Amino acid sequence: MPRFFLVFLSIVTAFSAFAASPVSENPDLEKRVVALAEELRCLVCQNQTLADSHAALAIDLKNRIRELLREGKTEREVLDFMVQRYGDFVLYRPPLRATTALLWAGPFILLALGVAGLIVWLRKRKPSQAEVTQ
Amino acid sequence: MNRRRFVPLALFAVTAAFLAVGLRLDPRELPSPLIGKRAPAFALPLLHQPDKVFSHSEMLGTVWVLNVWASWCVSCREEHAALTALARAGGAPVVGLNYKDEAEQALAWLGRFGDPYTLSLHDREGRLGMDYGVYGVPETFVIDRKGVVRYKRVGILTPEIVRERILPLVKELQRA
Repeated sequence: MPRFFLVFLSIVTAFSAFAASPVSENPDLEKRVVALAEELRCLVCQNQTLADSHAALAIDLKNRIRELLREGKTEREVLDFMVQRYGDFVLYRPPLRATTALLWAGPFILLALGVAGLIVWLRKRKPSQAEVTQ
Repeated sequence: MNRRRFVPLALFAVTAAFLAVGLRLDPRELPSPLIGKRAPAFALPLLHQPDKVFSHSEMLGTVWVLNVWASWCVSCREEHAALTALARAGGAPVVGLNYKDEAEQALAWLGRFGDPYTLSLHDREGRLGMDYGVYGVPETFVIDRKGVVRYKRVGILTPEIVRERILPLVKELQRA
C-alpha cells in the first residue's frame, strides 16, 4: 500500500511539474510577462488586470505575451499588439488623446470648480461675520 | 436667498441625468479598433473538412458576415434564430468562426440546432479570435468587398439588429 501511494504521489508531482513548466522555466521572462500583464485589462472581467485574472481569455493573452516576448518583441510592441486588437481600453493607463482628454482633465476641472465655489462662498460670508464681531 | 432652496433639486437633477445616461451604457460594448481597418488575415481548417484550409483572400470581392461562436457559448443558442434569419435573407454569406471549441462538439451543436453558416472555420486555440479582438462570444463582423471591417457587434444578434443594422449595411456595401 505505501508503495502504491508513493507511485501515486510521484505521478501527481510529475504531472504538476509538467503543468507548471512554461511558467518556471525562465524567471526573467516571467517577470516581464507579469509586468506587462499588470498594465493590461482583462476584457472579460473589466476591473481586473490580466495578471489578476484567471479567465480563459486572460490566460490565453498571458500565454501570447510570453510567446511574443520569446520571439524578441519589446514591451512597447506587445502593448501595441494588444491595442491594435482590443483598443485603448485594454490599457490600464489610457494614453492622453482627444477622446480621453476629459478622463484625464476631469478631476482637475472638478477640483478647480470646487475651489472657485469655495472662494466665492468665503467672500460672501466675510461681511456678515465682520458685522457680528463689531 | 430664495434661490438656495433649489440647490438640492438642481443637484438631484444633475445626479439623475448622469445616472440615466451612465446606467444605460453597456460597459461590455467597447469600440472596436478594427472598424475601418482590414480584417485580420487567416488560413484555417474548415470545421466540416479539417483537411481543407480556407483563407481570407477567398472572400475578397464579397460582402460577408463573420460570426464567432462556440458550442459552450450559451448566448449563441439565444441568437441562433436571428442569425439563421440573417443567413436565409441571403444578403451576404455568413461565415462561422468556431472559437476555442472541439470539432466534435461543434458539429453536434450544428446538427442539433441547425447550421446557418455558408462555411465554418475552426479556430481551436482561439488565435484568430485574438486577432479579431474577440472577448465575448458571440461576436459578429460585417466585412466589405475589399476586406475592410465595417461593423462589429459584441453579444447576441437580435432580430432588430439584423433587420435595422446588418441587412441595410450589407445592401449599402454591395451597392458601393
